[in-house]
Amino acid sequence: MEIIRQTLAFFGENREIFYFVILSIFVGIEVIGGVPTVLHTPLMSGANAIHGVVIVGAIHVMLNIDTSNILALVLGFLAVLLGTLNVVGGFVVTDRMLEMFKKK
Amino acid sequence: MKQNLLEICYIIGSVTFIVGLKMMGNAKTARKGNLIGAVGMTIAILGTIFLHNGAVNPIIYGCIFGAIAIGTVGGWLSAKKVQMTKMPELVSMFNGMGGLCAALISLIELNHLYHQHVEMAQPVSAPIGTMIAIVLGLIIGSVSFSGSIIAYLKLNGTMGKPVRLPSYNIINTIVMVGVLAFGGYIAFTGGSMMLAYLLFACALVYGILFTLPIGGADMPVVISLLNSFTGLAAAFGGFLYDNKVMLTGGILVGSAGTLLTLVMCKAMNRPLGSVIFGAFGGGAAAAGGPDMAGKTIKDVQVSDLAVMMNYSKKVVIVPGYGLAVAQAQHIIHELELLLEERGVEVKYAIHPVAGRMPGHMNVLLAESNVDYGKMVEMEEINSEFEQTDVVLIVGANDVVNPAAKTDPSSPIYGMPILEVDKAKNIIVNKRSMNAGYAGIDNLLFYDPKCSMFFGDAKKALTELVAELKTM
Repeated sequence: MEIIRQTLAFFGENREIFYFVILSIFVGIEVIGGVPTVLHTPLMSGANAIHGVVIVGAIHVMLNIDTSNILALVLGFLAVLLGTLNVVGGFVVTDRMLEMFKKK
Repeated sequence: MKQNLLEICYIIGSVTFIVGLKMMGNAKTARKGNLIGAVGMTIAILGTIFLHNGAVNPIIYGCIFGAIAIGTVGGWLSAKKVQMTKMPELVSMFNGMGGLCAALISLIELNHLYHQHVEMAQPVSAPIGTMIAIVLGLIIGSVSFSGSIIAYLKLNGTMGKPVRLPSYNIINTIVMVGVLAFGGYIAFTGGSMMLAYLLFACALVYGILFTLPIGGADMPVVISLLNSFTGLAAAFGGFLYDNKVMLTGGILVGSAGTLLTLVMCKAMNRPLGSVIFGAFGGGAAAAGGPDMAGKTIKDVQVSDLAVMMNYSKKVVIVPGYGLAVAQAQHIIHELELLLEERGVEVKYAIHPVAGRMPGHMNVLLAESNVDYGKMVEMEEINSEFEQTDVVLIVGANDVVNPAAKTDPSSPIYGMPILEVDKAKNIIVNKRSMNAGYAGIDNLLFYDPKCSMFFGDAKKALTELVAELKTM
């Protein structure tokens, strides 16, 4: 019973987020719809760069870390590093792909 | 004040992601769209660092800037240096980095929770929603990471054939259910750091098991799927911190990636389930297959082929992954220019799943300056084969296999194919008579109109171009 009550409360408290999620899903589908096959690879690569936004979370975590917690500091450093690789590498490689299409 | 400015940064970020992705759906605006996304990302990152409320130890700023500096240089260099044939591997690798980043965030959050728990003798007191978001972020991020690494190794050729253990699907499903149940246990009881590491390890193992049995031909689907996984992991992070830019970015990629995955599956006429659970070319393929007894293939000499092409009106080239492997995209462009010079109409027929990523062939051909307008998609080119004198198939196999239309027992039955058998002459360039990725024989090669032009794509085409030049 307690679990059910908690679950319901969870949905109630976070209803804006649930609306947000549902609408975003439809935006995602809408944005991709009708893309020609030739652009699938650059698009996948571009989407890959965008989920690098996870780096924002990594930075957020870092900013709230207690410096005495060395393990967290090391993991946070790694997380920011990996996130940056994802973002920078993702956008640059996508740009390289699209550059070729534009040459004509 | 700072907080509100930060929210504005995040709104700008979210809008640029949506607009950027939308613009990337059109060849004319694609590059600008990518740039717009990058600008929004930069704004979101800078905002997060500089608009933070509260005092922060300089050591932490040092760590953040250090990590960003190293990551920027590393990402930039690897993206600039990579060869275009190696690009699917790189995308897979970057995807893995994002996944691991999400998993690490969850680990740090758990570490933080348990730290409080031990040091201050407080109970582990995170709301259940928070715990679920942390645990799911950890699981999905880890699966995406180890899966991407396996995909990288497979594309790289380090890992060859799909690995199949007996009752693989059952083992896989048990591990998946086990990982989820374990995650649920941690989320609902609080767990401990030891259990969190164990969950991390289990999720990594599941990621490996998930990708291991999938064949090379299905890799594009897997990369796209793992891409949307990482998006989901980022979205859970967004939920955790009530961070809207992470939510938008993550969910956008999650839903767009899933749709892209389904589009690819549709192009291969294979339900997603059979991509994940049934490796191509397993038992079914070995049992089926048309009877080749009594049928022969013929091969063609380079000089005869040169004459044939020289006096054609229309030539269609069907590029496949073999072309990419042999790095033959430049020589094929040279062949195209040479033929055009002599009044032959040349087009490229692009199957939706040619290469190892959808659109991979287009990127490769564009790299060697092939005109965008000459690459024709399958539906359009299929009606043109009847007026085509010569079809030149380079390193493609399954996408032209008529068994997809005629043989219900074939594993690729129902997959739309390029109907090259309507053309007057079919030339197939292959290194050997080996079957394609699907591991099935190709009836097309026994077609009376078909001739084999054996040899490495680059070497064989170079010879052909040289021969044509003498005419």
